[in-house]
Amino acid sequence: MHEMSLAESVVDLVEYRARNNGWQHIKGVRLEIGKLSGVEPDAIRFCFDAVAGGTLAEGAALDIVEQDGIAWCFDCARTIALAVRGDPCPECGGFRLRVDQGLAMRIMELEIE
Amino acid sequence: MCTVCGCGGRQVKAEGDGKWRQVHGHDDGVAHGEHRHVHDLHYGLGPARAHAPGMSQARMVKVEQDILAKNDAYAAANRDHFREHGILALNLVSSPGSGKTTLLVGTIRALQGRYPVCVIEGDQQTSNDADRIRATGAPAIQINTGRGCHLDALMVGHALQELNPAADSLLLIENVGNLVCPAAFDLGEAHKVAILSVTEGEDKPLKYPDMFAAADLVLINKSDLLPHLDFDVELAIGYARRVNPGIRAIVLSARSGEGMDEWLDWLDMQMDGAALTGMQTGESLGGPVMAA
Repeated sequence: MHEMSLAESVVDLVEYRARNNGWQHIKGVRLEIGKLSGVEPDAIRFCFDAVAGGTLAEGAALDIVEQDGIAWCFDCARTIALAVRGDPCPECGGFRLRVDQGLAMRIMELEIE
Repeated sequence: MCTVCGCGGRQVKAEGDGKWRQVHGHDDGVAHGEHRHVHDLHYGLGPARAHAPGMSQARMVKVEQDILAKNDAYAAANRDHFREHGILALNLVSSPGSGKTTLLVGTIRALQGRYPVCVIEGDQQTSNDADRIRATGAPAIQINTGRGCHLDALMVGHALQELNPAADSLLLIENVGNLVCPAAFDLGEAHKVAILSVTEGEDKPLKYPDMFAAADLVLINKSDLLPHLDFDVELAIGYARRVNPGIRAIVLSARSGEGMDEWLDWLDMQMDGAALTGMQTGESLGGPVMAA
């Protein structure tokens, strides 16, 4: 997807926080990435290492926690697990689904010094 | 464009002042040849691969901030501007070659004398599309994203300053031809409209589900070519509804005019809504629904 832009946003946001709080260095960044967000964790790792160079986050470890996809099936009137958009409801085989979880693209925690 | 991730433009240029803005970087010297996006590999299907086991809890700081927080803040500012002025902004997304610009030209011609229309054109290079729009008499501004693969809300904010759309007008934003990246970037629009032409595969909505999930309307374009193709319209719409049960579909041809009335009716309905919202915020001049 657009992992380079996302990695740049992460570095921008954490550098801003670091400068405002007087942190010397960001040692680690933990992200939460939804499995339905369209974001590729491996690509974001690659891009993060590339854009963090020369910033306060240079060399920071990137920890990506993947968030499972969950949807509401209108036909079954229940919550189901959804691995991929476009997959059917595992119970009824239908597609009348509303995604309720799995779209996150969030910075969760930083390890600082 | 970065061929690794399909993204990461170094510079963007909005027409008008000709300045390059927003530097993205790949200044790290990393060899892209090492990247693994080749030969039908499927990333992201395995378990979470956290690779920072040594993070110590002692110096952890909770953040909980959306990665796109900056873009979303710019998008919210654009949306406020649209609402206050009764402007209907639509974000038109598709693959390259789906006939977006031809559709826009046809739409602008059909709307002449009804309400003002202006256009923001996004492409990596050239002002060809903006030139085509301006030939209709409608104001247009070209944003060249350089290597970037999508428009973002800040670029649209800059374009708004140059273009200054009239109150109670229709603003059509033609995004960069790309069915992937523009899905994630809110520009402040009222709706994303996906355009799928019948010369593409019916399964595009399944191959690029995020875009069809983000859109409220899909236009199946170039319907005049259907007699010459095996494209199954109902199958394509069915696939779009698998990823987005609520998506509306209109089959049309910008060339022959088939289906254009239904599209213009949909635009009318949305314009009424935008004018109403503008009146409620008190800044709009009043649109087609203005009471006596």
